[in-house]
Amino acid sequence: MTVLAGSGRVWQRNFLVYRRLWHRSIAFGFLQPVLFLTAMGIGVGALMSNQDLAAFGGVPYIDWLGPGLLSAMAMQTATFESTYPIMNKIMWGRNYEAMLSTPLETRNLVIGELFWVAFRIGTLAAVFLVVLAVFGIVRSPFAVLAIPVAMLIGVAFSSCLLAFTATQRNDVGFSALFRFVINPLFLFSGTFFPLSNLPDQVAWIAWLTPLYHGVQLVRGLVLDSLSLAAAPIHLAYLLTMLSVGVFLADRNLRRRMAG
Amino acid sequence: MTTPEPPSSLVHARGLTKRYANGFTAVDGVDFDVHPGRAFGFLGPNGAGKTSTMRMIACSSPITEGTLRVIGMDPRTQAREIKARLGVVPQIDNLDTELTVRENLEMYARYFDIPRDVADERTEELLAFVQLSERAKDQVEPLSGGMKRRLTIARALINDPNLVILDEPTTGLDPQARHLLWERLYQLKRRGRTLIITTHYMDEAEQLCDHLVVMDKAKIVAEGSPRQLIDQHSTREVLELRFTDAVRSGLDGKLDGLADRVEELPDRFLLYTTDGERTLEQVHARSIPVESALVRRSSLEDVFLRLTGRSLIE
Amino acid sequence: MTTLARTDVPRSSAPGPLATAWSRVWRARRLVERNILVYRHQWIIIVSGAFEPVFYLLGIGLGLGAIIEPFELANGRVVAYAAFVAPALVASAAMNGAVFETIFNVFFKLNYAKTYDGVLATPMGITEIALGELLWALMRSTLYAVVMFLLMLAMGLILSPLGVLMVPAALLVAAAFAAAGLAGTSFLRTVNDFDIPLGLIVMPMFLFSGTFFPIEGVLPDWLVTIITFTPLYHGIGLIRGLSTGIVGLEQLVSLGYLVAFFGVCLWIAMRQMERKLIK
Repeated sequence: MTVLAGSGRVWQRNFLVYRRLWHRSIAFGFLQPVLFLTAMGIGVGALMSNQDLAAFGGVPYIDWLGPGLLSAMAMQTATFESTYPIMNKIMWGRNYEAMLSTPLETRNLVIGELFWVAFRIGTLAAVFLVVLAVFGIVRSPFAVLAIPVAMLIGVAFSSCLLAFTATQRNDVGFSALFRFVINPLFLFSGTFFPLSNLPDQVAWIAWLTPLYHGVQLVRGLVLDSLSLAAAPIHLAYLLTMLSVGVFLADRNLRRRMAG
Repeated sequence: MTTPEPPSSLVHARGLTKRYANGFTAVDGVDFDVHPGRAFGFLGPNGAGKTSTMRMIACSSPITEGTLRVIGMDPRTQAREIKARLGVVPQIDNLDTELTVRENLEMYARYFDIPRDVADERTEELLAFVQLSERAKDQVEPLSGGMKRRLTIARALINDPNLVILDEPTTGLDPQARHLLWERLYQLKRRGRTLIITTHYMDEAEQLCDHLVVMDKAKIVAEGSPRQLIDQHSTREVLELRFTDAVRSGLDGKLDGLADRVEELPDRFLLYTTDGERTLEQVHARSIPVESALVRRSSLEDVFLRLTGRSLIE
Repeated sequence: MTTLARTDVPRSSAPGPLATAWSRVWRARRLVERNILVYRHQWIIIVSGAFEPVFYLLGIGLGLGAIIEPFELANGRVVAYAAFVAPALVASAAMNGAVFETIFNVFFKLNYAKTYDGVLATPMGITEIALGELLWALMRSTLYAVVMFLLMLAMGLILSPLGVLMVPAALLVAAAFAAAGLAGTSFLRTVNDFDIPLGLIVMPMFLFSGTFFPIEGVLPDWLVTIITFTPLYHGIGLIRGLSTGIVGLEQLVSLGYLVAFFGVCLWIAMRQMERKLIK
């Protein structure tokens, strides 16, 4: 079967399961960024004087923070979907085993899971964008493009995480991943404060990390401050990450399910 | 309720009753005494109340009514002291899956406050006794059912208990594992440990137990050694007859008077008699066409059938 | 091993209630030993937990601290943003460490591995198990609290000698939340239920108890009132008071609250565990 059709089946199965739980996952996948937005945006924002806001390009802190959280939400959701549930399907639920004894191939599994992540993030991002609009943060109609960008962030992360998960036999690796990769990215990628506040050596490390590029794109789109020179670079970074991730995920998963 | 307990009784029960929160009475006024150095068995089908009785003895389930003394102590007030002197092999293994084989024994010894040097010595002895020395460093999860059961037995012995309780020890094991386990339990008996075993396998009851209590539907229906039970409640031999459907429908009293008792089962007839061969001759003498015939000795299964009208195994 | 069965067991004369209570607390250490045995080879997981509050301090504490000017607290003291956030992160770390350990790991042992059933066939009872898990969670939280304390010291964020008391205060917070976690875990039925306490209780508390900004004057009054009845608010109030050197009636109230909260949760936890494990 074609890659598309096969992947569609994988998506379909996830949707069947999700249908029963969607209230819960919308509530929680979405609640965290909204809570962060109100707490940090309003709460910490209240501590900032107008001079302080110069560091944020003159916009209120909550405006600056919003798009950052949207991007972070894409990463968190991708992480959530691409770690435990995937390990479950490989090892305990043995879903992949069952699926692979049909005409489906690992390629389909990977792309199907990515479609799924994109779908979830798309819906969450759309809702979050509405929230941002309600808070008066959205300054440009191009902000709508933040949704596909968020989806891109998500699948870029997801593909790499799938590659990682396929090599894991227990969840010890996940703990390390969350603690030393995801959480630092969340905090240091220009989500909460500009990278210029970091010492130079650390700043350029942050520049290399994926979430930073996603944040720049989303923030630029929502606040109408997108640098047309830098945007292609950010996009290219994410697309590269996605391609490499898909390749590795397919390879690792194939080896894992065969061995 | 002041029946003095016989002084040498390790477990003394009078009117012991267990009623669960949902109103179900699992154990209804049972009396028994377990004496040291013997293998005491509770025989009965699933749901008879054996496990509930075991859990009350092991102080893991509160008593609803009646008297129970374990090693002279009352579970209501001295549960921890009793547990310190017991070894328990439950029906479903509850080994610590996050520890290795050896660590399971070592940690259990710590729970009993056994000094480390004594614990280490016993751990090695017990691993050898249950033939798991080579798997000492392995995780518990990948072990076979029989090995897990043996490890549980070793664990139950780590505190050198007065009394070992085994709840359905060979249920779910393959024949080879069963026999290995029986052999180990035999060894324990020979070394003088007191065992309480529950089972619904008559061969297990007959082979391992010195004294049996037959339970059904929360009550005790008979008591004695396997030999005594068979002598009291069944004949020496049993003649099993199978007929074709046609012959069977026309039987109608033709088997009367041939045996002390005739039991009709869905697939065959059981004729209880002292001499099976002679009864078979008489059957032939009456010109009853027999599809197949089998003469065997009476077993506990027959005892149970007699007492309750049902078979031990559903 | 070839000892014959013995029946001459000395009857124990019933010990006093205090001795009994102490013997149970003392025996509870066995469960800590067991957990140490399990984590012996996975100590990385435990140590890595210390990094989260460190990252938050470096990130939000320093990152935003570079932008936000020092400001005045409700009691008049002026603090730098980093010095404001740091002690709150200590309290949150104590909370997260304790809650996650008890909710996840205890849930697993209680409902899936049935680990406790085996333990209960020995002289270890429900009391020992609950206290043992509590002690274990406390040990982990101690590690995180000490790490954060040393970091704060190195960064000059401890403004008073009273700051030394931050560590025992953090342990109290950890104990309170460990007990809460034990109590809560007994109400969870499936793995999916985790989202509820974590997403609806722990996360909002983390954000709105005055961790990153003073809630008075920023949040509506009715919300502030509600928050003053929640545990993390008091944990933060106590620890921040100690590190900034402002200790008054408020801190005493917080102390009392945490002790009471701990007691109530522990009572619920033991009752619930008994209900689940003894039938």
